[in-house]
Amino acid sequence: MTDPKKHGLPGQSPGGKAKNLNLIGKPFRRVDGMSKVTGQTIFADDFVAPRMVHMKLVRSTMPHAKILRIDSSIAETMPGVLRVMTGEGMQKTFGILPVSQDEHPLCIDKVRFVGDPVVAVAALTEDQAANAAAAVEIEYEALATISSVEEAIKYSDPQIHDYADDGNLHKVVSMKFGNPEGAFEKADVILEDDLFFEGNTHLAMEQHATVATAEADGKVTLYSSTQTPHYLHKALTRVLGIPASHIRVIAAPNGGGFGGKSDPFNHEICAAKMALELGRPVKICLTREEVFYCHRGRHPVQMHLKTGFTRDGEITGQHLKTALDGGSYGSYGVASTYYTGALQTVTYNVPHYQFDSIRAFTNKPPCGPKRGHGTPQPRFGWEVQLDKAAQKLGIDPAELRLKNLIQPNTVTANYLKVGSVGLKQCIEAVIEGSGWKERYGKMPKGRGLGLACGSYLTGAGLPIYWNHMPHSGVQIKLDRSGGVAVFCGQAEIGQGSDTVLAAIVAEILGIDIMHIRLCVADTDLTPVDLGSYSSRVTIMMGNAAIEAAERAKALIASAVSEKLDVPKGRLGFAEDRVFDVENPEVGMDWPDAVIAGESKHGTLGVTGSYTPPRSPGRYRGAGVGPSPCYSYSACVLEVEVDPETGLYEVEHVWMAHDVGQSINAASVMGQIEGSIYMGLGEAMMEESAFRRLPKRMSNALVHKIPSMLDYKSPTFLDMPKMTSYVIEDPDPNGPFGAKEVGQGPLLPMMPALANAIFDAVGVRVDQIPIGPHMVKKAMDDLAKGKEGRFGPGKFPDYEFGEALNVPTPEEGGDGKATNNEARGLAADRGTMTIKPVGGKKS
Amino acid sequence: MADGMTTATLKVNGEDRTVVFPTHHTLLEVLREECQLTGTKHGCELGECGACTVLIDGKPALSCVVLAAEMEGREIETVEGMHTANGPHPLQTTFAELGAAQCGYCTPGILLTAKSLLAEKPFADDPEIREALAGNLCRCTGYNKIIEAVTWAGAIARGEDDGAPTQEQVFGATLNEGAQND
Ligand code: FES
Ligand code: FES
Repeated sequence: MTDPKKHGLPGQSPGGKAKNLNLIGKPFRRVDGMSKVTGQTIFADDFVAPRMVHMKLVRSTMPHAKILRIDSSIAETMPGVLRVMTGEGMQKTFGILPVSQDEHPLCIDKVRFVGDPVVAVAALTEDQAANAAAAVEIEYEALATISSVEEAIKYSDPQIHDYADDGNLHKVVSMKFGNPEGAFEKADVILEDDLFFEGNTHLAMEQHATVATAEADGKVTLYSSTQTPHYLHKALTRVLGIPASHIRVIAAPNGGGFGGKSDPFNHEICAAKMALELGRPVKICLTREEVFYCHRGRHPVQMHLKTGFTRDGEITGQHLKTALDGGSYGSYGVASTYYTGALQTVTYNVPHYQFDSIRAFTNKPPCGPKRGHGTPQPRFGWEVQLDKAAQKLGIDPAELRLKNLIQPNTVTANYLKVGSVGLKQCIEAVIEGSGWKERYGKMPKGRGLGLACGSYLTGAGLPIYWNHMPHSGVQIKLDRSGGVAVFCGQAEIGQGSDTVLAAIVAEILGIDIMHIRLCVADTDLTPVDLGSYSSRVTIMMGNAAIEAAERAKALIASAVSEKLDVPKGRLGFAEDRVFDVENPEVGMDWPDAVIAGESKHGTLGVTGSYTPPRSPGRYRGAGVGPSPCYSYSACVLEVEVDPETGLYEVEHVWMAHDVGQSINAASVMGQIEGSIYMGLGEAMMEESAFRRLPKRMSNALVHKIPSMLDYKSPTFLDMPKMTSYVIEDPDPNGPFGAKEVGQGPLLPMMPALANAIFDAVGVRVDQIPIGPHMVKKAMDDLAKGKEGRFGPGKFPDYEFGEALNVPTPEEGGDGKATNNEARGLAADRGTMTIKPVGGKKS
Repeated sequence: MADGMTTATLKVNGEDRTVVFPTHHTLLEVLREECQLTGTKHGCELGECGACTVLIDGKPALSCVVLAAEMEGREIETVEGMHTANGPHPLQTTFAELGAAQCGYCTPGILLTAKSLLAEKPFADDPEIREALAGNLCRCTGYNKIIEAVTWAGAIARGEDDGAPTQEQVFGATLNEGAQND
């Protein structure tokens, strides 16, 4: 374990010191650290089983088409081929959200994007499976394609799915909290901006892989790179049609997830089905190109943001419109849609708020949750607009933010309950660190500073499917060896959740973390945890672990107390001993203490569980946004822009994050730095772009860049200097006061870059990623006396109809809406005619 | 020998392994499948990500674009070879201590690239480390902890004492002493 003293470091973080903690708050080696640096960690594709065979999927080459005929006669006779499977045997649909069960493991009637799986082939070797897959012939009848939100609004024919709120609009949302119109009337200054955030993808280094093994009695086990073994278990149960208790899902340690492995996937279900049919283990590892097709990445979002301010800079109200390009399936899209609006109110006080949103189905790979899920896009708009407002009002951008800061323990206009808020300290840290006061607006042309903030939820307040059960459970087994086995359904995706689990139990029992053996993410053996998404693991698993460990401690304490004749309340647990705190020589070593416990109580086992507090919102859509607590971040970014070419370089990032309380200080730093990196990639270069090929080349809608080489992401050479500040403002709902850190620090990066470019060269780029050509164009325009802005045009025209009306807490509201949404749906819209040419699989 | 198959003796981590594999298979495939050395990872199998990096005669190489059939007589080192009877390589220790391996998927490739760098340039500084590792992508760490870990391991290998990360690198900067260092 890292010995902080050896490095000349203080023992623990400020918060940890205050609470007299032994391990929590210190930097220490992750429990999986040594196995990862020695190559011992078994990722899904590293797993091999006796008699294992290989599977490949045949994916659609058409963006939208009816499947007319599948001919696998040649494939079936090829060497090593064991089975060619179509969707016929799996009629049930699946999907992550109960409201969008719209995927088939293998497409049955039609395909909806280039990459949609149609056929699965199993063979003795991977080469044989690939060769046979290439020999399968599929005949299609091309359908016209919908390529954008605008087209989805305009054309309801062809309809990509037969369920949707309005034609090709998967989801339409409109909600109003308080009286935004009145708020705009009261405003002295109103800003309106159109902004765009391009889609991008997770690009986890590990390609998705799965090994399914069938047992002779008809049970099946999946070892898979998934962030959500419990939800995958549910999807498998639904499609395979066998009892849930016959299916076991084990999440392998993920080689990165970032949200990209949170959906149940076609290949996982097909592998399970294939294993059951063949009665032997089946492996599939996706190629990188296939990973691009699985996608579930960041939604491209167009925004129109209107905010009113008083002359003094106080926010009077806001109206946000967002339009999401969802791609071909539902995925988490309904939640993503709400998330583009929900968290606008938890950073600054927004007393009146309206939110309208649409999510379109288009013939592209499905979008879903990526780090920050739905919130980086509106956060970009919000923080850029605040920068513009500050300029217009003649108030320093930091001042403007501090003036409007949300107060701790507030219920927002949209009924989100905010607990601790360390944002003021965050802003002060980065302002001081960057020399903001001396340098902002005062540097030579070409050099600039930009400020932006962010906040994120610490775990979604509601599960994905409605139920009254715990969100996380932890079970602990102790025995006479002194070893402590800890069971929890959580999935380690690289974020360090295994270490959090072990550290919390070790802290409470006062034992060396090496005494702990973890068993995680196994639907047969571990209590349910909903999965690694929404920054929920540390808080939910952590609280469950605290409850379980405290129960174990109580059992041991009652036995030791009898043995030593010391009152229970006087027993201390530390340094592998249980002892009398008033007389520390009186005590026993940990294994003896467990023996005393096992002698008194019999076999020792305890559980703990956690369910988040109920949130006050009662309106339709109130389920997205609530969280036990919110994290806060502030960032200052320094950029150097070449005033001739628009080429720019990010020189330094100062990031402060309010994590409540560090569990492992080393992991907290890792998450902050990783977020800076991923946010910078999105801000500068990452994009999942598509295009319609010209007619002579088939008209098909294709991914511009399904490869790692073309999908630009930052390398070692692109990273600026980073200075991170860990702020600890403990929240009573967090384990030891801890809040999230995995996603929040990503959020301010994109607006901070846009704002810094403005400070450097006086132009606005209202879209992400920011290409040097955009900066150049805006500078050229400015020089010609035009507006120095590069950004999208008008928000798409859409008639939202009557919004859901929710009086705010301030107005005496009870969290309920006073009406039902009423939408004037235009049932019949136009017919799209651009369709791909050709029909045969090439 | 079956059609299209090759038999070869590869020297991996100092051990001779005689393996039979399809002639067109890459070193990556043969290491992972025939040699069961799954410590070597892959993120693209197209030479784009660096995850599959191994050392061939001490030099980093992308095993996904090297044919195994051409590797006879060459010294191959994988991550499994870094931890010897004498314990872990200093890089392994510093990576584990600092959390320079988060998901750990890019880690084997980065460790080997860094090992060859330190062997060649024991005093490698920040720009040299970045340059050497520029072909290895990592999506988790933001690269910072990796640079600190390589720097620290270099100091350990040189028998120096002062390469350990600073308090600011481990806990973050403090409010009053905000870093104003450029
Ligand atoms: S696997 Fe990506 S470079 Fe070899
Ligand atoms: S640690 Fe996950 S990709 Fe580098």
